[in-house]
Formats: sequence, C-alpha cells, structure tokens
Amino acid sequence: MAAAEAREDSGQYVLHHLTNLKLDLRSMKIDPDATGFWVLNIDSIAFAVILGALFLFFMIRVGRKANTGVPSGFENFIEMVVEFVQGQVKDIYPHANSLVAPLGLTIFAWVLLMNFMDVVPIDWLPYIGEHAFGLHHLRIVPSTDINITFGLSLSVFVLMYIFSFKYKGVIGLGKEFLTHPFFIPSGPLVVLNVLLVPVNVILRLVEDIAKPVSLALRLFGNLFAGELIFVLIAIMAGQAFNGTVSGAALGFAGFLTQLVWAGFHMLVIPLQAFVFMILTIVYLASAAQSHGEDH
Amino acid sequence: MDLNATLLVQSFTFLVFVFFMWRLAWPPIIKAMQDRQAKIADGLAAAEKGSKSLNDAALKSEEALKVARVQAQEIIGAANKQAAQIVDQARQDAESEKARIVASGHAEVEREVTQAKDSLRKQVGELAVAGASRILKREIDTKAHADVLNELAAQV
Repeated sequence: MAAAEAREDSGQYVLHHLTNLKLDLRSMKIDPDATGFWVLNIDSIAFAVILGALFLFFMIRVGRKANTGVPSGFENFIEMVVEFVQGQVKDIYPHANSLVAPLGLTIFAWVLLMNFMDVVPIDWLPYIGEHAFGLHHLRIVPSTDINITFGLSLSVFVLMYIFSFKYKGVIGLGKEFLTHPFFIPSGPLVVLNVLLVPVNVILRLVEDIAKPVSLALRLFGNLFAGELIFVLIAIMAGQAFNGTVSGAALGFAGFLTQLVWAGFHMLVIPLQAFVFMILTIVYLASAAQSHGEDH
Repeated sequence: MDLNATLLVQSFTFLVFVFFMWRLAWPPIIKAMQDRQAKIADGLAAAEKGSKSLNDAALKSEEALKVARVQAQEIIGAANKQAAQIVDQARQDAESEKARIVASGHAEVEREVTQAKDSLRKQVGELAVAGASRILKREIDTKAHADVLNELAAQV
C-alpha cells in the first residue's frame, strides 16, 4: 500500500502521513480538512493518553508492590529512573518541593514514550488503522504534533506562574516584573526608573513567552523533522518492488538509510525527552527563585 | 498543523497525569527506596558491629587460651612434682620395709641360733649326764645332781 501510493504520488504520500485524524468539534464529524481551533487531533491525543496512562499504570503498580526487599528487574529499572530524575531535581531546584520531581519524571517518561513511536515503521499502524478500522489518516507520533508539544509547554508555563506566585507572592512577582533587570535604586537619576519600567516589562514578557515557545518548538521540530525523513526514506524504500534494478537498489538503500536514521533517532529521542525535562525543572527553579538573590 | 483544541486536551491530560504521579505513584516508590536505604545502612552497621564483636571474641579467646596454657603448664609441673614425691615416698617406704624385713630376718636367725645353741647345750648336758650316769650308774641321783647339771648346761 505504501509502495503503491509512493509510486502514484510521493507528494500525496508525504501529505497523507502528515495529516492528523481530525475530529471537527463543531459538527462532531471526522474531517481531514477541518480547520480552526475547535478541531481535535484524535490520533495524537489518543496515542499520547495511551502512552502516558500506560506509564502511569506501571508506576502505580510498582509503587504498590514496592517494599524494602530486593527489587525485581522492572522495579529496579523504575527506581533507577526515579532516582535519576530526583538527582537532577536536587541539583537544579533550590527548594524542597515534592511536586517537581514527579512532574519531571512525568515529562521525561511521557515525552520519551511519545518520541519512541517515531521508530515504529511509519506505515504499520496507519495500514492497520485504514484496513481494520477504516481510518484514512493516522499519525502515531504525538510529539510530531505541535498541539501536543505546546500543550505540554503551556502547562509548564502555567506551573511556572503558579510557582512564582507561591514563592514570591503577587508583590514580589510584580516588583520583579517592573524592576528587573534595569533599576536605579538611588541617586539623582531615580526618576529615570519611569522610563526603565516599560523596558523591563517588555523584556520580561519576551523572556517568559520564549520559554514555552522554545520548549514546544524544539521538541516538535526535532521529532517532526525525524518523522519527515522517515517518510521520505519510506518513499525511497517503496521503490523496491517496482520490478526494475534501479528500483531494487533504491529500495535496498532505503532499507539501510532507515536503519541508520532509526539508530540516530535512538540518540535524539531520549535527548529531547531529557532536554524537555531539564528545561522544565530549570524554568520552575528560576520561577521559584527570587531574581534579586542571584545577582 | 495549526493549533487547535488538541492543545487544551493535552494540557489538561498532562496536569492530570502529573497529579496522579505526584499523589499516587511517586510517594510509595520513594518511601520504599528510602526505607531500603535505611535498611541497608542498618544492615551494614550491624555487619560492622558483628565483625567487631567477632574480633573481640577472637581476642578474648586468645587470651583465655593463653591463660589456660599457663595453667596447664602449672598443673603439669605440680603433677610431675607430686609424682616424683610419691615415687620418693614409695622408695623410702620400700627402703625402710626392706631394712625392717632384713632386721627381723637377722633377729630370727639370731634367735634360732641362740635356740639351737640352747638346745645343743641342753643335749650336751643331757648327753654328759647320760654318759656320766652310764658310767656311774645308780651312784648318781639324777634329781640330786640336776642343779649341777643345769649349771653346767648354762656354762656351755
């Protein structure tokens, strides 16, 4: 099916692979051409929820069975991950907080699992989806959907502000907004602070908005590019059975490229998950820390 | 590609997952890990203590062994001394017994010799009397001359 489509029209094949299974929330109909905000990418959200729930389920199960005896293999693995995340949080986050480490682990594990969907051969699940369930579009890698990555980073953004309010209060945060980084504490030029306040506010806004945007776009960009390359490689490999020698050679090359790219992705996948987690912790740490202190 | 409601659902789901992770999954795992850490620390401390007490016990037993060895040496020495004393005593006893037996033997011999001499003297006396009586026959009254004869016998 992939080969046939690739032969017919590579462009269409690519486009097909980059189209979500969309549910128009206004008409409650599945419509691949739906636009606007009130559209739900069912495939992204379903895979994301399934993967996240799976991890959460295993975590809870390990938690139930956890005791002080010798840990089993899987329990050991989970504890290793937990310890790793906790170590990172301890290094970065300044206060004692019971939320940051589980939050970091949730991000790390969830992003990792979503990213790992990228190395599932790109036509397997869409093929099953089309022939077994009649779904004409299916994107199985949630982190190649910008909505998913922005969904995560916006939550982090909200948490950043919750942390800011919690640790600094409205007054502290307002002061930081208005007087950081430029402020003249005394002297004849104190009047100039009136001019500096808007500069500070604009700088702060840019700084704060850049955080979730960069988080989301970094993950999305890496995974989307990876997915796109996999699609292109699949087009190349799709030539394998068109009966010509050059086609077979291309197919073989595609097979090799696929292996190499998947191997490379084995590095990108955990790295992106790790980066997302670390930056989240760093952002939360900076939100919880008064800027006056670290100058 | 455009932003849509997926974003909201994802945000919400994320917060729900974080909440469950925070409240349900994380605490028991961390608790188990901390407990295990404490348990291992306790175990290590106990092992250290055990090995220390083992050392102490070894030292103590060494000491006891030393004392016992000295004591045994003393006992053996005393026993040897006693044995020698007993042997000495026995030898002395045997020596004195021998002397006594020899002395009694000597006395016996002496007595028998005396006895033999006595009886010999008596017999000689009697022989002399018999001889004399044969010679003198009737002239000599045995009774009248018994005193003389006895005197003679004592003189022999």
